[in-house]
Amino acid sequence: MTPRIDTTAMDALMVRLFDAIDETNMAWVMAADRALREAFGEALIDLVPSYTTLLVHYDCQRLGHREARTRIFQALDGLQPADTQSGQLHEIPVWYDESVGPELPRVAQRAGIDVESVIARHCSHDYCVFALGFAPGYGFMGLVDEALATPRLQTPRRKVVAGSVGIADRQTAIYPLLSPGGWNILGRTAVPLFEHARRGEPLLCPGDRVRFKAVSRAEFEADGGDTTPLEER
Amino acid sequence: MSQTSSGIVVKQAGPLALVQDAGRFGVRHLGVTQGGAADWISFRWANWLLGNPLDSAALEIVMGGGLTLEVERATRLALAGADLGATLDDQPLAPGTSFTVRSGQRLVFRQPLAGLRAYLAFPGGLDAPEVLGSRACTARERLGGLHDDGQPLIVGDRLTWPGKAAAERQLPEGLGPRMPEPGCRLALVPGAQIAHFSGASLYRAFNMAWRVDNRADRMGVRLTGPVLRCSLPGMVSEGIPLGAVQVPADGQPIVLLNDRQTIGGYPRLGALTPGACASLAQCLPGSEVRLAPLTPSQAQEAHLRQLRAWKS
Repeated sequence: MTPRIDTTAMDALMVRLFDAIDETNMAWVMAADRALREAFGEALIDLVPSYTTLLVHYDCQRLGHREARTRIFQALDGLQPADTQSGQLHEIPVWYDESVGPELPRVAQRAGIDVESVIARHCSHDYCVFALGFAPGYGFMGLVDEALATPRLQTPRRKVVAGSVGIADRQTAIYPLLSPGGWNILGRTAVPLFEHARRGEPLLCPGDRVRFKAVSRAEFEADGGDTTPLEER
Repeated sequence: MSQTSSGIVVKQAGPLALVQDAGRFGVRHLGVTQGGAADWISFRWANWLLGNPLDSAALEIVMGGGLTLEVERATRLALAGADLGATLDDQPLAPGTSFTVRSGQRLVFRQPLAGLRAYLAFPGGLDAPEVLGSRACTARERLGGLHDDGQPLIVGDRLTWPGKAAAERQLPEGLGPRMPEPGCRLALVPGAQIAHFSGASLYRAFNMAWRVDNRADRMGVRLTGPVLRCSLPGMVSEGIPLGAVQVPADGQPIVLLNDRQTIGGYPRLGALTPGACASLAQCLPGSEVRLAPLTPSQAQEAHLRQLRAWKS
C-alpha cells in the first residue's frame, strides 16, 4: 500500500490508497483517517474517507500547499492497518415486504430465485460500511451477494422514504431521510438513522459492519415503523 | 407577541431567501454537506459593514422576485452583493451600504440588475438554532435555517437578532465585493483526474468561452460549451471539494458549490478557487465565463490576500 497524493483543490488534497473497492481496504482507510486527524489537528477543516481515498481539506491560513503534502507523507509513513474488529457490528431489523420493498420481485426474478431466498441472502452477510455520503448518515455498504446484484432503476423515484433499505449493483444502503433515489428497495427499517446523524453521532461509521435481520410486520410496527406502502407516498 | 420578539416579518416570500452563515465544517465525513453563503465574499462584507463577526448568520436572497420584509422595530441593517433593485419604502437601496430602518417600513427585493445573490446582515447576526455547528440552511438535508428544517423563508416568518450594530462602516475604496463582468475569468486549480482528459479537451477547457446554464443552484452550476472528453471509464466515488469541476458523460462540466453531495464518482478537472466560486454564484444564467488555471500556491496567496481585506 503506497499512498499517492493528488492536488484536488486550492486547499484540499486527495490521498489515494487503492484503485478498486475491497472490504480489506477499510482497515487501511480507517488507520489513515486516524493518522491524518492526529497529524493535522487544528489545521484540519474536513476529512472525507471513501472506498479507496481520503479527501483532506485543510486550513490554508495555517498550512501551505507543500507543507500539507509533507504532513500527509509523514503521517502515513509506516502506517499499519487498523484492527478490523474495532468497528461496531450493528444488527438492523428490516421488514421485507413488497408494499415497502417494491423491487423484491425484480431482484428475485433477475437472480432466478424466490423472494424468500432474496431476503435470506440479503441477511446472510455482514456488510462493511465503506463510506458515508449522499445524505447525512447514508452509509454505502457492501458487498452484496453477486446473484442479487441489480442495477439502479432506469428512472429514479422522486421520493424514497426514510428507513428504506435498497441495493444498487453490489452495494446496499438505508435511506436516512426522505430523498429521491434510484436504488432497488427491498424493505424498511424503523431505526432512526437521520436522528443520529443530525446529532453528529451517526449510527453507521466507515469500518463498521451491518447485519440485516428480517422481522415481521408486527415487530416493525412495535419499533415505531411506518407501514405506509412506498408507492403511496 | 412580546416586544422582545418583534423584528422583521416576511410579508411576501420571493423565490428563495435562506439563512446562511459560513457553513458546516468538520462534519462532511458524516455525509453532511458544507452549505453556507454561496458568495461568501459579499456575505462577509455585509457583516463587516455592521461590525459583526464576519461569519454571523445573514440572509442570502436569490433573484429578489418580490421578497417583502416589514420592519417592526428600528434597527441598522447592511446590504451587500447583487443589486436586486432593493427599495426601502420605494427609495432605492444601494448594495454595499448599511442603513437605518424604522418600524412600519418595507424592504422589497425586485429583480436582479447586477449579480444574483444579495446578502442582508443584521446586528449581531440572525437568531436561528445552531445545528452541527452552523445555522446554514440546506433544504435537501432539512438542516438549519430559522426553524432548523432547512426551509427557505415563508410568509409570516419573523426574523430577530440579538444586538445593536457594533459599527456603521462604509466600504473601503476599491475593496468591497464586485459583481462579475461578462467573460469573467474563474480561477481553477487543476488536479484530480485532469490527466485523463484529452489534450484537445484541456485546450478547449481553458481557451474557449463557457456559458452558465439555467440548471444552476446551490448544489452545482452547469456550464455549456465545447465537449470535454475523459478517457476514464469508471471511477470509485471519492470526497468532493468546494468548486470541483466534474465532467459527466455528456462532456459538459458542472461546478459543485456549497450544497454539493459529499462524495461522488465523476471525473474532475480540478476545482475553482473559493473566490471564483463566489463569483460564479453571482453569474446569471446565460453569462459567459472563462476558466483560468492557477497553481495551488498562487491560489492560496490570492485567497489570503482576500482574507486580509477584512483585517483593516
